[in-house]
Amino acid sequence: MNQPSNQIANTERRDFLKISLGLALSSTGSISMMSLASAEASGTLNAYVNINADGSVTIYGPNPEVGQGVNTSLPMIVAEELDAKWEDVQCEAAPVQQQYGMQFAGGSLSIPMRWDEMRKMGATAREMLCRAAASQWNVPRDELITADSLVRHGPSGKSAHYKDLVAAASLIAVPDEADVRLKAPADYRLLGKRISNASAEGIATGKPIFGIDAKVDGMVYASFVKCPSIGGVAKSANLEAVRALPGVIDAFILDGTPGPYNFDIRESHTIQSGVAIVGKDTWSTFKAREALKVDWDLSAASQDDSDVIEAEALAALAAGKVEAEIERTGDVEAAFANAAMTADATYSTDFVSHAQLEPQGVLVSAATSAVEVWTSSQTPVFITSNLAKLLDVTPGNITVHQLRGGGGFGRRLSNEYIFEAALISRRVGAPVKLQWKREDDMAFDYFRAPTYYRLQGAVAADGQLVGWKNLVAAASADGENANYGASYRPYDFPGKVIPNVAVEQSFVKSQTPTGAWRAPISNVYAFAEQSFIAELAHKAGQDHRDFLLNAIGDKGWIKEGDMASLNTARARATIEAVTKAAGWGRKLPEGHGLGLAFFLSHSGHIAEVAEVSVDGKNITVHDVWVAADVGQVVNLSGLENQLQGSVVDGLSTMAAQSISIKNGAVVQSNYDSYPLLRMPQSPRVHVDVLNSGYRPTGAGEPALPPLAPAVCNAVFNACGERIRALPISKAGFTIV
Amino acid sequence: MTTITINGKDHSFNGIDPAMPLLWALRDHAEIQGVKYGCGVGQCGACTVWLDGYAVRSCQLTVGALEGRAVTTVEGLATATLHPVQQAWIDHDVAQCGYCQAGQIMSAAALLERNPSPTDDEIDAAMAGNLCRCGTYVRIKSAIKAASGAMTASALFYNAMEAEEVSA
Repeated sequence: MNQPSNQIANTERRDFLKISLGLALSSTGSISMMSLASAEASGTLNAYVNINADGSVTIYGPNPEVGQGVNTSLPMIVAEELDAKWEDVQCEAAPVQQQYGMQFAGGSLSIPMRWDEMRKMGATAREMLCRAAASQWNVPRDELITADSLVRHGPSGKSAHYKDLVAAASLIAVPDEADVRLKAPADYRLLGKRISNASAEGIATGKPIFGIDAKVDGMVYASFVKCPSIGGVAKSANLEAVRALPGVIDAFILDGTPGPYNFDIRESHTIQSGVAIVGKDTWSTFKAREALKVDWDLSAASQDDSDVIEAEALAALAAGKVEAEIERTGDVEAAFANAAMTADATYSTDFVSHAQLEPQGVLVSAATSAVEVWTSSQTPVFITSNLAKLLDVTPGNITVHQLRGGGGFGRRLSNEYIFEAALISRRVGAPVKLQWKREDDMAFDYFRAPTYYRLQGAVAADGQLVGWKNLVAAASADGENANYGASYRPYDFPGKVIPNVAVEQSFVKSQTPTGAWRAPISNVYAFAEQSFIAELAHKAGQDHRDFLLNAIGDKGWIKEGDMASLNTARARATIEAVTKAAGWGRKLPEGHGLGLAFFLSHSGHIAEVAEVSVDGKNITVHDVWVAADVGQVVNLSGLENQLQGSVVDGLSTMAAQSISIKNGAVVQSNYDSYPLLRMPQSPRVHVDVLNSGYRPTGAGEPALPPLAPAVCNAVFNACGERIRALPISKAGFTIV
Repeated sequence: MTTITINGKDHSFNGIDPAMPLLWALRDHAEIQGVKYGCGVGQCGACTVWLDGYAVRSCQLTVGALEGRAVTTVEGLATATLHPVQQAWIDHDVAQCGYCQAGQIMSAAALLERNPSPTDDEIDAAMAGNLCRCGTYVRIKSAIKAASGAMTASALFYNAMEAEEVSA
C-alpha cells in the first residue's frame, strides 16, 4: 500500500494552523526526550509514562478532552507500544507545560499530530525496561519479549513485572531512536479494539471532573454582563444598588479592551467591556443581574441585521457580483458553452451557535503574581502567554490546569472568558469562579458564519460532469476578507478533479464575530456541493451514486504524499460500502427516500446514506448509514461514538438551529429558542469503519459535513422538494 | 433554614436565599457537583435529580420549598454496587463529553424503577427532556435496554429467591 507521510500541509489544516497555531508541526511529532534519563531512580520513564509501585501505569494525555475521546485514545497508543496491561492503565490529563508541545484540541489533529510521538514514547519506555531486565538477568536483549506489563525471557522462563524493573530502567540512558522498534500494525493488541472511555465511571458517578466543578478555598463567584450589541461599552451602571443586594460582594465596570473581537485564539487577549458582579455564590450573582441597569455607549457597537446580511448576499449571487477569485482551472466558459446540460442553484446557511452543554466558566486565581487557572479550554497552550501580557506577570508564574470540557466543537478555542475572570480576580483580590449564563454563551459566541453559494454545473453529452462554477457570498468585517469560516477553501474535489472549475467570491458586511464550529466551512459547503451533485444527476437522468462515482473518478491520491488529500480509491470504497449497507436501489415504502453524500474533511473520507419519510412538512429520519475511512483505527468504540454523534449533531443543526441578529445583538437566548435535537427525533445510526491501514487521522469532525446533504437528498427522493437553505425549518420542515 | 435529605443524609441550608434553585444550592453549598448547569430554564435536563423518587429539573425547584423532602443525585444512585443504569453507561461507552450524562442517567434510572421493560416509544418519551449536544442518543437507548435487561433479570432472580423462601 502506498503510504504517504503525515504531512500536515493541505489547505484545511493550513487555515487552522495559520489562525490558531501559527507554527509548524514537525512531521515526526517528536518532542524532546528531556525528561528521559533522570538522575535518580524513579517510576518515571518519560513525560508520558509513570510506572507505579502497585503495578499500575499512569499515562498522561497531553491534549484537552472535550468529548472527542483523546484522553483515552492517546494513552492507548502509548500503552500499545509499551505493552502495558490496559486494565492497569490510569489515563490522566497532562499538566500544561512546554514539554507537552501543542496542547490544544482542534482541527481533528490530536491523533494525527501525536501518532508518532505517542508510539515512540511507549516504545522507548518499553526498550528501557527490556534493557534493565537484560542487564539484571545477564541475557541478550533480543531474547526478551513483553506483554501485559511483564518482561519475559523465554529460554530461562524468567519474567518480571514492569514495576520491579522501572527503578533500574529509569537510570538507563535514553536509547537511540534507531534502536527503538515500533510495532507492525499486525501485532497490535490494543489499537483497533473497543475500549471504554477512561473517564466513563467518573462520568457515570458524578465525579467533579469538569471545568465547571473546580473549587478552591477562599474563592468567590462572578457573573459578567456585556452589551447585547457586540462592541457596546458600559458607561455607567447602578453599581451601588447592586452592591447592596444580598449575597453580592462587589460590582464594578471592567473597561475591556478595544475591538475588533476577532477569533484570534493564538495572540488575542481582548475582552469586551461589561459589568462584573461578584458574590458569595453563583445564584447571588445571577439574581443581582435582574436589578442591574447599565447605560451602554453604542457608538462602536455592531448594527448587524441577519436578514439584511442574507438579502445582500442573495442579491450579490443573483447579480453574479464577483469581488475576488479563489481558484480557476481549465476553460470554464467553454465547458459551459459546449455542455449538453447545465444547472444553476443557490444554497444558503445561517449563523449557528456552538451550544455545547457546559456554558463557559472558569476558576482563576490572580490575586497575587502567582496566577492559577483551572479550565476546560481547547487551547490551554495559548493561555499562559496571553494571560502574562494581560496581567503583566511572568509566564513562569502562571499555572494552568486542564479539566474535562462539557463539549467543545470549537467554542473553547477562544479564551476570552478566562481573561475576564483574571481581571475580576485581580480586582477583588481573591480566586474567582466566573460562570457565564447560558444566555451569555449564546449571545457572545463566535458563531458559525452564514455562507451562501451559487453553484453551476456543466454536464457533457457523455454524461460526465465537466464544468463547475461556485460564487461564494461571504460575511466580511472589512469588505475585503472573509470572516472566519465564512467562505471556501480550495478543496481537492471539485477543484483538482473536475477539469474546468472557477470559484469566486463577493463580500457582505458583517461585524458579528464568527469562529471555528465543528468542521469549519466543510459543515456548510458540503451541504451545497453534495446537494447540487444530486441535482445534476437528477437533471441528467442518472443514478446519483453512479454520477457521483464518475465525477470523483479514479485518479488515486490527488496530492501524493499529503495525507489530507483526496484519495479517489478511499472515496469510492466508502461510497460503495455505504450504498451496499443501505441497500441503494432497493424498493422503498411509499413516501420514503434514500439520500447519499460523500465528503472529505480533516483527512476523513466519509460517505453517508439517510433514509427518510416525508409526511406533509414532517420529516422522519429513520436510519443513517455511515462508511468512514480515517485510517488505522485507534479506539474503535470512541471512533464509532464520534461517527454516531456527528450524525445526530448534524441532524440537530440542520433541523431548526439558526441565530438571528438584530441591531448587532443575538435574538435567541436559550435552548427554547435555539432547539437541539431530542431523542425521539434521533435516527438509528449504522456505522461501518473501513480500516484502510493508512496513518490514523482525526474523527471529531469529518462525519458531520455529509449528513445534511444526505438527508436533503433523501427528502428530495421522498417527496420531490429540493431544500436549498439551512436550517430546514426555514422552508417549513420539521424533523419528527 | 431548610433541611433536605440528600442521598440519605440530612443537609441543612443556612443563610441562603430560599429562592435559590436546588441546582445551585447543591453545587455551591452541598458539594454535590454531579448535577450540572446547562440552561437554567428546564430545557436541557443536565440538572436532573430525583425528588422523592421522581426525576425533576433541579434548576426549576427553589430550595426553600423543599423542607423535609428527599433528593437523590447521581452521587447517591449506587448502593454497594453501581446502579444497573450506571453500569450500562460504562459498558456501552455512552459518554463523549459526559456533561449531560448524570442527568441522562437520573432520567433513565427513574424510568426503569417504574417501568423495568420500557418500549422504544416509552424510552423516547422519558428521555425527551434530556439534551445531548454530542449526540449520544443511539448509545443511551442501547444502554437503557441493557440496563432494563439486567434489572428485569435481577428482579426475576429476587422474586424467585423470595418464592423459594416462602415455599421452604
